[in-house]
Amino acid sequence: MADIDVIRCDACPVLCYIKEGRTGACDRYGNRGGQLVRLDPHVVLDRAVSRGDSVVPFLERSQDWDGNLVSGPDTFITAIGAGTTYPDYKPAPFIISSEVSGVDMVTVVTEGIFSYCGVKLKIDTDRHLGGECSTVRAQGEEVGHVTTNEYGSQMLALGGVRHLTGGSRHEGTVTCETLLNLCNGKAVDLEIDQGAKIRVQADKPPVVDGVLEERMRVGCGSATIGMFAKQWFGKVDEVVVVDDHITGVLSEHQAGKLLGIPETGIKLKGRRSTPGRYFKVAEPGTSWGGTNIKDPLSILGDFKLTIAWPGLRLLMVSTTGEHYAYFELDEQLRPVEKELPTVLQQSVQRIKENCEPALCTVLFMGGAGGSLRAGVTENPVKLTHSVRDALTRVTCGGAPVYVWPGGGITIMVDVSRMPENAFGYVPTPALVAPIEFTLKLADYGNLGGYMEHVRPLQSLLRDRHMSAKPDNPWPLQNNLRPASKS
Amino acid sequence: MNTRAHIALLADGRRLHLQDGPIDLVIEAFGTRSEVRAAYSAATERFTTILDELCSELPLLRQPAGPSRPHVSGVVAKRMLDAVLPYAVDNFITPMAAVAGSVAEEVLVAMTGAADLSGAYVNDGGDIALHIAPGEEFIVGMVERPDHPSLFGTARLGAADPVRGIATSGWRGRSFSLGIADAVTVLAESASAADAAATIIANAVNLPGHPAIVRVPACHLAPDSDLGSLLVTQDVGQLSHPEVEVALSNGSAVARNVLQRGLIVAAALNVRGETGVVGSIPLQPALPRSLVHA
Repeated sequence: MADIDVIRCDACPVLCYIKEGRTGACDRYGNRGGQLVRLDPHVVLDRAVSRGDSVVPFLERSQDWDGNLVSGPDTFITAIGAGTTYPDYKPAPFIISSEVSGVDMVTVVTEGIFSYCGVKLKIDTDRHLGGECSTVRAQGEEVGHVTTNEYGSQMLALGGVRHLTGGSRHEGTVTCETLLNLCNGKAVDLEIDQGAKIRVQADKPPVVDGVLEERMRVGCGSATIGMFAKQWFGKVDEVVVVDDHITGVLSEHQAGKLLGIPETGIKLKGRRSTPGRYFKVAEPGTSWGGTNIKDPLSILGDFKLTIAWPGLRLLMVSTTGEHYAYFELDEQLRPVEKELPTVLQQSVQRIKENCEPALCTVLFMGGAGGSLRAGVTENPVKLTHSVRDALTRVTCGGAPVYVWPGGGITIMVDVSRMPENAFGYVPTPALVAPIEFTLKLADYGNLGGYMEHVRPLQSLLRDRHMSAKPDNPWPLQNNLRPASKS
Repeated sequence: MNTRAHIALLADGRRLHLQDGPIDLVIEAFGTRSEVRAAYSAATERFTTILDELCSELPLLRQPAGPSRPHVSGVVAKRMLDAVLPYAVDNFITPMAAVAGSVAEEVLVAMTGAADLSGAYVNDGGDIALHIAPGEEFIVGMVERPDHPSLFGTARLGAADPVRGIATSGWRGRSFSLGIADAVTVLAESASAADAAATIIANAVNLPGHPAIVRVPACHLAPDSDLGSLLVTQDVGQLSHPEVEVALSNGSAVARNVLQRGLIVAAALNVRGETGVVGSIPLQPALPRSLVHA
């Protein structure tokens, strides 16, 4: 018991010893970083309290929170944990009224069951993960496919009704577990047929075939030449941007030609594509520019004696600026490594700055079905229209969503903007996601809302409170359109 | 007066929710309104002291059970000990293996002693004590994995069936398991008996020494675990189909033995979507996989 990471919970007479990151026997109290915290399921967002942590230490609760929560606009009831659970799951929506800047607002809170749902996964990497349409597997089961290659990123589409309920039982279970883990911010191992093994996690860098991807390159070697040619002009005679895809050479490149940069007699290995652009200067790897080279000179042949000159200044740099070396030619026209001159340091730094950290981003996408909409209003299509007309704001766990144009209420939400562990699961299998509809009380009446079920915010203040994420717009911000007259 | 305990009807207005520390009960009684009310008040009264009673003997209850030990005195503690004793000769087991079922049973006994009910259940986190009056029946959903409930079938239990207790154990559940069963569901004559048996059978669904199974000493996860330094399952990697079959048959062998000794009525064992059934469960086919929502 001498471990420093063990705390003793005194919330009940069991007096559990709880290790860091674990919960006690009740699963209600846990040890987070040495603090005893309460982990009740239903989440209420507090705007005013800016602790920045996701769970609130329960001991501070009574001191900080007595009385100051009833202020309505600063407290938003999320749908997280709002539904009852198995064995008889029924989305029992809370319909909560509060006054915001003198206007009565209603938030209809429910946990939606999404059979039609999935995840769009953007993986920042230039590595080849797999061919378009290739199957993506988790635990050996088909859970999705590779879709388009975007600039600097590979997109995967995971889940969807076909994998959730259209295949074998195990396929559905594994798909649901994969989506659930990704949406709840956990790491997931995926394997692409005839492609890479990857570990992905929302808002974290991807791991491709065991290698952590740290930075997105600003462009290929050729593009980098184009972007920085002007900054190099006059400060160096030749620049080679080493890249596994297309290695760029300043003096031969169109950008160099336009600036009137003279030939240097440089000789690149690999296959020349167009002037100043070379394929396959080396094998793919994890060193310089995604190649396997450790010594940049290994991709160069001898300088042409008739063209090159002693003292010629050569910069070699990778597409991410992580690797660079500076050389000058000696009397025999052999490159000799020298310290990078101050005037060039800035350009290398700028390449680095332009390479953003590589991340995986997870967007949950799902369609709010008729039965979910029916939990909000007696005439479900009116809710669809109201969302379309911007009379009703849709949020997921208080996070803003993108509502697709066209029919239905099909939404996308960045899971990293939602509170942690916001998603759940039901047997179908299907995902359970929190969804809130916020609108003016008058509008709610107009669209056939369950007015008799509206209850005040104060009735839910015993639930688990969390600080709202500062980057998200406040869900109760009163900028909805004026009440409709219909 | 116990001020920790949470006592409330659930949102449906029918079921009673009682929670105190790690004890979390969902209760429903069937009968006339006044009988149900009497049952709920008896349940609440009995419930409010159970956790304190158990905690007063907690160090004893965490000791391995044997013919003459541990020497416990509480009603629920004795019920726990009785449930695990049949296994104590051949296995490491402590009375804690039957705590949930025994609590459920105790509260059910209080309810049926105070009211005339046609039926009742006390669900303590998946370990369920049942009361079925003559002519009545219960339909019970069976799940593959307690953490991601997914029905694989339903069991219809009538008054004539001997079953009055159901318990589920598996490595993914709230309690630790030595085995790799996603869920072992046991039907027995009492909830405490079902709870102890489910623990033993789930421990036996195993592939000793398999490299894909991550095992950690229980005390590394919970310093005060009754399992001490025994290795408990924390993750199960990919298993081949034949390996799953071997694990299931290891568990089924133990389940058959327990069944022959008259300790249980039936057991359903689940690993990776594969199911083995021992004894006779009045199992209805799995629910059709339809898009019930969306």
